[in-house]
Amino acid sequence: MIVEIGHFALVLALATAIIVSVLPVIGVYRRDANMMAVATTGSLVMFGLVALSFAALTWAYVVSDFSVKNVWENSHSLMPLLYKYSGVWGNHEGSMMLWLLILVFFSALVAVFGRNIPETLKANVLSVQAWISLAFLLFILFTSNPFVRLDPAPAEGQDLNPILQDFGLAIHPPLLYLGYVGFSVCFSFAVAALMEGRIDAAWARWVRPWTLAAWTFLTAGIAMGSYWAYYELGWGGWWFWDPVENASFMPWLAGTALLHSALVMEKREALKIWTVLLAIMTFSLSLLGTFLVRSGVLTSVHAFATDPSRGIFILCILAIFIGGAFMLFAWRAPTLKAGGLFAPISREGALVLNNLILTVSTATVLTGTLYPLALETLTGEKISVGAPFFNMTFGLLMLPLLIAAPLGPMLAWKRADLLGAMQRLWIFAGLALIVGLTLWYMQNGGPILAIFGLALGCWGMLGAVADLWCRGNFGKLPVMTSLRRLKGLPRSAWGTALAHFGLGVTVVGIVAASAFSTEHVVEMKQGQTVEAGGYSLTFDGFREAVGPNYTEERGHFTVSSGGATVSDVWSSKRLYTARRMPTTEAGILTFGLSQLYVSLGDPMDGGGIVVRIWWKPLILCIWGGCLIMMVGGFVSLSDRRLRVGAPSRKAKSVKPVMEPAE
Amino acid sequence: MTRKQKRLAVIGGGMSFIIIAVFLVMFAFSQSVAYFFMPADLATANLQPGTRIRLGGLVEQGSVKRGQGSTVSFTVTDGNATVPVSYTGILPDLFREGQGVVTEGSFDAATHAFVADSVLAKHDENYMPKEVADRLKKDGVWEDGTGKGMAPAKDAPAEKAPDQKGQVVGSTTP
Repeated sequence: MIVEIGHFALVLALATAIIVSVLPVIGVYRRDANMMAVATTGSLVMFGLVALSFAALTWAYVVSDFSVKNVWENSHSLMPLLYKYSGVWGNHEGSMMLWLLILVFFSALVAVFGRNIPETLKANVLSVQAWISLAFLLFILFTSNPFVRLDPAPAEGQDLNPILQDFGLAIHPPLLYLGYVGFSVCFSFAVAALMEGRIDAAWARWVRPWTLAAWTFLTAGIAMGSYWAYYELGWGGWWFWDPVENASFMPWLAGTALLHSALVMEKREALKIWTVLLAIMTFSLSLLGTFLVRSGVLTSVHAFATDPSRGIFILCILAIFIGGAFMLFAWRAPTLKAGGLFAPISREGALVLNNLILTVSTATVLTGTLYPLALETLTGEKISVGAPFFNMTFGLLMLPLLIAAPLGPMLAWKRADLLGAMQRLWIFAGLALIVGLTLWYMQNGGPILAIFGLALGCWGMLGAVADLWCRGNFGKLPVMTSLRRLKGLPRSAWGTALAHFGLGVTVVGIVAASAFSTEHVVEMKQGQTVEAGGYSLTFDGFREAVGPNYTEERGHFTVSSGGATVSDVWSSKRLYTARRMPTTEAGILTFGLSQLYVSLGDPMDGGGIVVRIWWKPLILCIWGGCLIMMVGGFVSLSDRRLRVGAPSRKAKSVKPVMEPAE
Repeated sequence: MTRKQKRLAVIGGGMSFIIIAVFLVMFAFSQSVAYFFMPADLATANLQPGTRIRLGGLVEQGSVKRGQGSTVSFTVTDGNATVPVSYTGILPDLFREGQGVVTEGSFDAATHAFVADSVLAKHDENYMPKEVADRLKKDGVWEDGTGKGMAPAKDAPAEKAPDQKGQVVGSTTP
């Protein structure tokens, strides 16, 4: 019964979506406040209905109702409760439900928090959101219905894919989708502005918090996914340049560009048309990512089931929304007035450079991701574009960005003195070089590029510190005065500094973990010892263990340094009984920011086993940096200036002087 | 500088960055793209030793030899030809005899054996890499019924171990 209520709620949500898609737009056209108000109520109702539907599906998972096909396929009565909850989105249908839930959640947020947005703009934004919701509701109901029943109901489920039975599944998809789908709000704002044919700095002020929120969640989601892949897959890698990873990385790059260009637009009314285009592109890349992951054109842990009708449906959604938005852009953009002028060397100029580099690197990643697909479709030839391609192109393109990032915040708006900024920074550049060299020396040896990379990461970190240092005017004013000045800085300045600092930390982590990792693949018998990263690992043998829905062989290792036992670590081979699927659980031991990573291979004749041991220096910096970026995002989001809109605009915009919308 | 010159400088700078990026992408494509081959393709491919390729097919029944330290050797077959492969490291959890595999590496100039540096673990639910499945279907080695029967989770009862189903496909190869 509850399952049917969920299904019915979803159908009702579809009906609501149709109403919200149409009425507010007509309302804007006819200046009818009541019709426009439908958008707010309708969006809230839609959120309520989808949430109810999602709750019904979750309920079916929690009570293990195997008469629901989706639950039978992806759950098991013995599965721990947490995985029953997270298993809801550990499959195609459920993950689309999560996608939709977050989409209507954002619509509802705009409806609630968008009080200072002009009514016409708000109505249009919510309508565009409803169009997207409508498309995905149709997609779910017609091609991926999670509420399909089985008759007769099987007694036991088929279990969730063991790789997904992890805490990571509970947080990675929701965070990622909050980011991915959050950009839909920017898209809707862009389309609504194009429909109204009017755009100004206030628009950027309304869009920026949404961009910032989506960006922050996406940063967290990608970092979480990367760490999950790192510890779960047992391969010791943390980023594979897999098309599915790229699918989430491209919106992040474009979103980062959008974050910076919206800043220029808000402060200086420049780059308007470009910002609108970026807002459209960012969400288009999110949609493209959904298509790549969900259509079955790729094989990966993320592509659950392959059904051609789904792929074609999503391709249609893609074509309609991206094509439609770009056509609207081509039609309306020339009517938007271009904004303020600025010198090439200025804060604006630096932000334009940031946008140039970020969009070009997004295009590079896009090319590398789509080229194999295009080539296969056109010529039938199968190629793989892997990490070497992306490291070469993306890595090199990022260099100027990393060099320029600390300089940007130092430059003044409109016209700046690059030499002056350099003078203020040279001491920090020197420091960065020294710290980079020291780190290199501590890791004894390594290629020249690694030293450069480490120095670059330190430059990013110290540059952020220098920014705060100069703003506080340390060294010129008494320390207490400087501290007070720092305290008085807007939160967004702190956010910028934190995010740039985090970027530097991540770069240090990436360079150190790539250049200084050591790997040992050895056959070990009980009692044998291997040296890795300055520690000795002794293999003590196996122990059998039984988990709730798996059996495992756990290998025990004693870790010692200089003869004294430091710690111990377990690494195991699991066999999930329902699917007869083996997995490897890596043993990870953390020393400060570095990690020792132990993964088991196949047992050999004679009692030995192949063991793969990595020493990964400073690897935690990669995710630590992302965490700092995320904190920067939240700090910036808490800035009062972002929340307080421009109430004066409201009175002006209600005047019926604008062109009629479509 | 006049305003026009400034604008030209900005546009010129931007364009040259984009051009550099395009050349970089083209160069990287020429350097680091690995083509996909099945064993039977190699006779006509005329590969230079050392060229990185992806080799896909089925792991031949009974061909997996361990016990040379951490090096494993096995034979990849597509029903028409076979290629011996050696790999040092840990095989993915889903690696089994009689089932699909994609390996990446190059031919050794001296021994003419294929030395793989990665064996791909990214399988779909049919325990079959997409490239291999596509080709087997095209060559008619893959039977639809067999392909379905191999699905461990979706279409078949859960008790059947994937190993048994793997042998179904394995038996279609000589």
